[in-house]
Amino acid sequence: MSEDFYEDVLMAGYSGQGLMFIGKLLAYSAMTEGRNVTWIPSYGVEMRGGSANCTVVMSSRSIGSPVVAHPSTAILMNQYSLEKFGSCVKVGGFLFLNSSLITQKGKRGKIVTIEVPATEIAIELGNKQVANMSMLGAYIAHLKVVSKQSVIKALRLILETEKRNLFKINKKALEMGCEHIESNIKKQGAF
Amino acid sequence: MGIIFQRPSSMFPVHTHYCAGCGHGIVNRLLAEVIDELEIREQVIGTAPVGCAVFLYNYLNCDMFEVAHGRGPAVMTGFKRVHPDLVAFTYQGDGDLASIGMAEVIHAAARGENITVIFINNAVFGMTGGQMAPTTLPGQKTTTTPQGRTCKIYGHPIRVCELLSTLEGAAYIVRSAVNKPQNVIKTKKAIKKAFEVQMKGLGFSMVEVLSQCPTGWRMSPIESTRFVEEEMIPYYPLGEFKQPKV
Amino acid sequence: MGELKEKTLLTGNEAIAEAAIKAGCRYFFGYPITPQNKIPEYFSKRLPEVGGVYLQAESEVAAINMVFGAAGAGARVMTSSSSPGISLMQEGLSYIAAAELPCVIVNIMRGGPGLGGIQPAQSDYFQATKGGGHGDYHLLVLAPSSVQEAADLTMHAFDLADKYRNPVMILGDGYIGQMMEPMIFREKKDKVSIDKSWALTGAKGRLRNLIRTCYLDPKELEQHNLNIHNKYKAMKKTEQLAETLETDADIIIVAFGTVARISKTAIKILQSKGLKVGLIRPITLFPFPSSEISTMANDDKRFIVIEMNMGQMVEDVIIGAGGKSEVHFYGRTGGVVPTCEEIVRVVQKIAKMES
Repeated sequence: MSEDFYEDVLMAGYSGQGLMFIGKLLAYSAMTEGRNVTWIPSYGVEMRGGSANCTVVMSSRSIGSPVVAHPSTAILMNQYSLEKFGSCVKVGGFLFLNSSLITQKGKRGKIVTIEVPATEIAIELGNKQVANMSMLGAYIAHLKVVSKQSVIKALRLILETEKRNLFKINKKALEMGCEHIESNIKKQGAF
Repeated sequence: MGIIFQRPSSMFPVHTHYCAGCGHGIVNRLLAEVIDELEIREQVIGTAPVGCAVFLYNYLNCDMFEVAHGRGPAVMTGFKRVHPDLVAFTYQGDGDLASIGMAEVIHAAARGENITVIFINNAVFGMTGGQMAPTTLPGQKTTTTPQGRTCKIYGHPIRVCELLSTLEGAAYIVRSAVNKPQNVIKTKKAIKKAFEVQMKGLGFSMVEVLSQCPTGWRMSPIESTRFVEEEMIPYYPLGEFKQPKV
Repeated sequence: MGELKEKTLLTGNEAIAEAAIKAGCRYFFGYPITPQNKIPEYFSKRLPEVGGVYLQAESEVAAINMVFGAAGAGARVMTSSSSPGISLMQEGLSYIAAAELPCVIVNIMRGGPGLGGIQPAQSDYFQATKGGGHGDYHLLVLAPSSVQEAADLTMHAFDLADKYRNPVMILGDGYIGQMMEPMIFREKKDKVSIDKSWALTGAKGRLRNLIRTCYLDPKELEQHNLNIHNKYKAMKKTEQLAETLETDADIIIVAFGTVARISKTAIKILQSKGLKVGLIRPITLFPFPSSEISTMANDDKRFIVIEMNMGQMVEDVIIGAGGKSEVHFYGRTGGVVPTCEEIVRVVQKIAKMES
């Protein structure tokens, strides 16, 4: 890996939406692709109130702080997370919103907002728990930080021990998230 | 004429430092006799407290810890989890056990740690000169209750045997005394039974021994035995509070 | 890429616990406190799997005394806590050091004093390195700045503890404890056999052993202190560890733990702006690598000590510099972690200052 690579992403939602899981999945995938990675959960007061967030940093260089005040990307799963973190994304960054649950989207200049009906996709597949995977799929399809293959491989490994039967639906949700982005790019050109 | 009484072999051949009439001297010897009779000198490990018995290890010839004030039951918890096959005891005064070490002994009993606690209750902080202890009786005069212990200001004494008997993990809880020969014999029996409970793996055992403290009480040895009989025993009744479930 | 395939993604807390088990630790006594709860939780699952014992104590006071008991029994034993809990352990640590027992204590630091906060801080430096408990003693203190290093230093800690018969502390913070990074458990090459004939195991076939800390005769107690301090002298000679970068630069950042890793990124940014900055990252906080500082100190050098506290390690740097160099300090505390950009600005400002 000779090129200088750096990406950081904040993922937030309510406790139980599986943000920690997709963060770890992303970190693991990046690790298998030879990146330096850090994953850190938030353990602030907001944790006890039912919200959860984590930050993933992926870099070709060694990573300084695992926590980023102004991440390049935020993946936000619910309204509360948007209100809390929507404005911390840096200028020129990306906001991936779960449009199924986020109704008041607000306005942000100089930040690209991408809406993904993640919960609806998940419900269509039969389990709203996999909405997180759709968001992850959208993120990796759009920003190409890791390959889909790496994520699927990592998913198989992580689910291997305990939850083999969940692999299929998680993989499908991931792919549908990717497809949502790819088909929208075809439709609209660039975002 | 044969020998009918001698120093137990588990005791070092040295003079003890205890005051004349002190209960420690008696209980140290009883403990050593029990160790001899059970033939466990090479398997037993004890803790010496902070208190008058801090030099217990100068008298007992077995592996010993000297521990921080009140921490004996926690230390022996750690020790016994490493060596569950050895015999572990703590030896503690009422400041050590019922004041600073109250949490440690309650939790060791609650956990059902297979250790034996020898609790010497003389209703006063002996080593430091005779201050009030958690087991000081109502009305009892000490250096920090010169008018006598007023429960309204200083609270009520704690009956440790009764307290610990409420815990599932406590297997054998007994209170005894050493103020007269019959009680000395009973105390030895209690100590032996407590060790046997431990060796059978039945749980936590404790022997509370009401003890004379002539120096701390500013009494003569004879007066102090009377104080145990007439003042302490009515408040701290003797007997077995909990028996092991076999 | 081949090496990466063997790496595993673990949090610092988990890496420390697993490293301890790999080092032969089979006993853990602890108490819940944020942000290190993953350590007792991990042990509670793993120790029964390897025939060890995990026990939640009723308090940190009890926990450190259980460590005292298990260490006296001859076992490799660990406890962990965070700042307020470590305060409760100080009595026990004084006793453990005085009794010359080996053990490893993990402090995942949080903001203080008092109940403080739960975000990362480095405000227990004094407590860790200058004693904490009463009396003349020291802990050997190791400060990792990554998950990998946390695991490596944990394994090293058990060896040091046994070698010197002294408690060893791993000083981390909430970031190192909670973050996941790729890491690999290094296999120990040579198993050094340690003589533990002093341990309490039942006086069979030998004279009885006594573990004590009370010496009423002043001459005896003085000798005991001298004996213990000879160990610290030996530690100073052979166990100092520090990472150094670009030490020929005129400006040297001195930082440990999380602050050091953030500083490394800041140094790269400063380099791209044409400012050459070096780094000394103490890994052993006791013994403090003052020889690194004193050999480097001269008229041209400026040390910038950056810590997450109100100024603690800076005192050791000042002592090490021996008046030969300027020593500057920048600190954030209360759980505030300095950003990379902040450190860049601080260094630029100091670089512009007249001597």
